[in-house]
Amino acid sequence: MATTFTIDKAAPTRAVKPRSMSRDRTWALRWSYFFLTLFAIFSLVPPIYMLITSLKTSAEISAATNPWWVFHPSLGYYQELLTSNMYLTFFRNSALVSVFVVIITMLISIPAAFALARMRFWGSATLATGVFLTYLIPDTLLFLPLFKMFAWFGEVTGIHLINKWYVLVIVYPTLTVPFCTWIMIGYFASIPKELDEAAIIDGASWFQTLTRIFIPVALPGLIAATIFAFTVSWAQFLYPLVFTTSTDQLVLPVGIITTLVKGDVFNWGQIMTGALLGAAPPLIIYAFLMDYYIAGLTAGATKG
Amino acid sequence: MVDVAFQPNTVAAAPVTRRRASLRATLKRKSTSAFLMTLPLILLVGILVVYPALYSLHLATLNKSMQRFVGFGNFTFLFKRETFWMVVEQSCIFAISAVIFKALIGFIVAHFVHNIPAKGQRKWRGMLLVPWVIPPAMSTLAWLWLFDPSYSAFNYTLSFFHIGPIPWTGDANWARFSVILVNVWYGAPFFMIMYLASLKSVPEQLYEAAAIDGANWWQRIWYVTLPMMRNIIAITTLFSLIVTFANFDIVRILTAGGPLDSTHLFATWAFKIGIEGSDIPLGASVSLFMFPILAIAAIFILRDINKRGNEA
Repeated sequence: MATTFTIDKAAPTRAVKPRSMSRDRTWALRWSYFFLTLFAIFSLVPPIYMLITSLKTSAEISAATNPWWVFHPSLGYYQELLTSNMYLTFFRNSALVSVFVVIITMLISIPAAFALARMRFWGSATLATGVFLTYLIPDTLLFLPLFKMFAWFGEVTGIHLINKWYVLVIVYPTLTVPFCTWIMIGYFASIPKELDEAAIIDGASWFQTLTRIFIPVALPGLIAATIFAFTVSWAQFLYPLVFTTSTDQLVLPVGIITTLVKGDVFNWGQIMTGALLGAAPPLIIYAFLMDYYIAGLTAGATKG
Repeated sequence: MVDVAFQPNTVAAAPVTRRRASLRATLKRKSTSAFLMTLPLILLVGILVVYPALYSLHLATLNKSMQRFVGFGNFTFLFKRETFWMVVEQSCIFAISAVIFKALIGFIVAHFVHNIPAKGQRKWRGMLLVPWVIPPAMSTLAWLWLFDPSYSAFNYTLSFFHIGPIPWTGDANWARFSVILVNVWYGAPFFMIMYLASLKSVPEQLYEAAAIDGANWWQRIWYVTLPMMRNIIAITTLFSLIVTFANFDIVRILTAGGPLDSTHLFATWAFKIGIEGSDIPLGASVSLFMFPILAIAAIFILRDINKRGNEA
């Protein structure tokens, strides 16, 4: 509390005694950096510990030496997992599911957002609100009825969706489409109307207005929505846990948990390596596209 | 907005009636195409969200083999079980305390980040948002390993201060604390980023005016920052309350509801009953208890949207 005192006092007050103010400011900054460092350590301990463990050998892990230090670094676990067919299958399944989900999400939500933002029709406002409310319905409320529905669908049509990775491609859009549509409505609505009116006067059809004007102009929003859809489908845990069981159909999060844990034996080196590699794609995307990531994150709430 | 699509071939010389007819046709076509563009969305939401939500209401009234209608039988059965009330209690404790801590930490950290020079903010923001980026299933595994009964790195560190060993996931109360801790770790960055965005939008003049009026730091937060951020605080808290209430990943991986069902939330218990115990109707009845909080949130958000609609 005392820290905030110095900080806020320093910031907006007009300089009466310049020297004391700059000293206050310096101290405020030092305290800020001190606490930020503490919070950053808190944030980064689990991922760093994953990295530390993944670099150890199994002998070093079971020897219970200092857990925060690697005495004999080895890439053994990485080699083990990246040559294991099972782990690569999980990775492939995750990648396939995420890519398909991103494509489907974009194909559904871009036209819908365009129609809801620009082409007012009967019930469009209600629909936009409804889409937003859909986003609030959690997966944990829907997994049981969905499980029953897919089982019934399999009995009736003979197409068995349960225990196939592509069932996830059908289910995940329910998590991504509402939010992506919502943020795309926001981005599309912020485009000046003169722009599409000009296009229409020049003889463009609605479809051309969308592809030639809206998509290029709202590209940052599009990237943000794509990142969102990808990370959500990459991270989803409940649906694959419920809908898939055979090892060749699992995606990464479930695969790591169900196959690397053998009975009560936790092979922690492998688990940490697998989890770190599994967390890598979202982390890499985040590292390069942080601003889009944050834009997508904040757009959802500020425009809600 | 000019809704008329000017067609190059409908020349001005055309008769008035024909022009009106074509105008109407254009309008009609526009709304039709708009409807077609939203149709996939409507179908998706209808078949895979609204229908299952209603279907779970129906499921909750069936018996275990799903052949007989039992009315409120599942609910009366639940009300008589002690575990159910434990789950209710734990869900509320978990959601409320986790959201409060997430909001507090998010608010404090956002202030610190806002305080340092602008060119360094990006780096700190980047580091502090990492917990939110890692898929929760993966990061919870790291926490599970940090909490491991025999190799816990936390207990190793604490042993230098002669504390512990702490049974992070073994003891009921510690397990409750652990799941909240992991949830706070995962969710606080979201609040931080939201609050930071909204802190930046508070006009600097307000603080200057407050300073001239002699406001101290607390009055500045209470009378300037908080009122300006009221909307964003309300919405993020509501969002987070829903998501935390419906949490599954963290509890499932960290404790799987144990020890002795003391950390079960509605979601994990519904999973245990519905999928592992293959009593889908009973599981559906359990997950329906997440509905009231949703309904409250929906009412608040709808009110907010309507208000905004009037302002705009």
